[in-house]
Amino acid sequence: MNSHDPFTLALSLILSGDPGLFGIIQLSLQVSLSAVLVASLIGLPLGAAIALFRFPGRGLVITLLNALMGLPPVVAGLLVYLSLSRAGPLGQFGLLFTPTAMVIAQTLLVLPIIAALTRQAIEDLWEEYREQLQSMGSGRVRAIPTLLWDARITLTTAVLAGFGRASAEVGAVLIVGGNIEGVTRVMTTAIALETSKGDLPLALALGLVLLALVAAVNAVAYLLGQASRRHMQ
Amino acid sequence: MRCFRRLPSIAALILLVAATSAQVTADTTFITLASTTSTDQSGLFRHLTPKFTERTGIEVRVVAVGTGQAFAIGRRGDADALLVHHRAGEDEFVAAGYGTERRDVMYNDFVLVGPRSDPAGVTGTQSIQDALARIAESESAFASRGDDSGTHRKELQLWAMADIAPAGRWYRQLGSGMGPTLNTAAAMDAYVLTDRGTWLSFGNRQNLIIVFEGDESLFNPYGSIPLNPERFEWVKADLAQQWHEWLVGEEGQAAIAEYHIDGEPLFFPMNTGAPSRVE
Repeated sequence: MNSHDPFTLALSLILSGDPGLFGIIQLSLQVSLSAVLVASLIGLPLGAAIALFRFPGRGLVITLLNALMGLPPVVAGLLVYLSLSRAGPLGQFGLLFTPTAMVIAQTLLVLPIIAALTRQAIEDLWEEYREQLQSMGSGRVRAIPTLLWDARITLTTAVLAGFGRASAEVGAVLIVGGNIEGVTRVMTTAIALETSKGDLPLALALGLVLLALVAAVNAVAYLLGQASRRHMQ
Repeated sequence: MRCFRRLPSIAALILLVAATSAQVTADTTFITLASTTSTDQSGLFRHLTPKFTERTGIEVRVVAVGTGQAFAIGRRGDADALLVHHRAGEDEFVAAGYGTERRDVMYNDFVLVGPRSDPAGVTGTQSIQDALARIAESESAFASRGDDSGTHRKELQLWAMADIAPAGRWYRQLGSGMGPTLNTAAAMDAYVLTDRGTWLSFGNRQNLIIVFEGDESLFNPYGSIPLNPERFEWVKADLAQQWHEWLVGEEGQAAIAEYHIDGEPLFFPMNTGAPSRVE
């Protein structure tokens, strides 16, 4: 680490093929993508259901969901910590300080974003297609998959916003994962650690690597979107 | 309700995620050690734990937090052993039945770090009490950890010994770890109390230098405590005991003694008849 230019350092970090760094990158992707997957499987149908159905307290649910988009990661981390701690309600599973705990915490952070944005997108679409779909005789439940599919471009953005939130947060994974080297250390906690050691160039270089990683995931999503658009034409 | 058809697949997926993660934890023998940022960031564990793993096959997973938080983790039974530095807190922890026993492991010392220009004129004072008094009198910026860590508890104890209740704009409670506190102190040219290990391995010193060191009351001993299996039945008592005994035994003590940064030892073993004071 004799170079003090973060860009050179970032490049040499990647090119050196350091297994430690690749382990951290792999875990970061594994944790954040798992969280986004679980949150999408719950959040997409949930958001669509809230958009289509009228029930008492709906306004409250929508407000709550929108507010939870701003849930501080540290608070999410604390809630999961207290639940998974040996002294907590889910203590017997021994999940604290494991990647699973990190996935749970990030799911909690990503779910409101995906559900709230899905709710908005589907509600707009429903206004537009309501009569058409109803004249085809499909009920609201039947309409959910159709609407989700039609809104997929917008929803991709919602899911990517969720991924951005997951891959950028440090507060939740630090508390529930413990930043254990080789076990629960991810990109963001590694950056925080190097910053506290005063190795600012290395911290910044790791930040650049993370940024490149997130950009790569977004590029893949973009290309897939383009491909599916061409496929439709 | 057709939408419930999704539920089994969601449940299956969650289980899958849990199972793959659990697999990672199931095929290795490990203990969880709650310890302090000062020991971890000095690089000591990277030097120590591979030697222990080689000898016993037990992996040591270090969760590095402030001493206060390490006690909190211990009181909930979320670790197997502690390695911390606050003697009174350690004795209390064992007396309350959370840990089986407390043993001396190693020590280093605290140093007072400050800007090279030394606006409070601390250099050359005879005691840490004098040094702190000069900082308070001149109202020079002082960065306090403010996070209930071992270092923070020590700092409060030193102010109390100097009969000063630090308050005012010059006394800045940062509420962060040792490294972040040093980063902030370096940026605002403040005095700060730090353990020597973190200082030696810290990379962003800017204008800061050691302005006071060597007082007997700056002694910083670390203690090891295995958690009590009678209180927490899930604790890996046998593995934690092996770690505890290795650490205070000949091999662990030798490994601690041989850890140096730039030719300077960071920690001194407690059980080799070494002098009880640094320098």
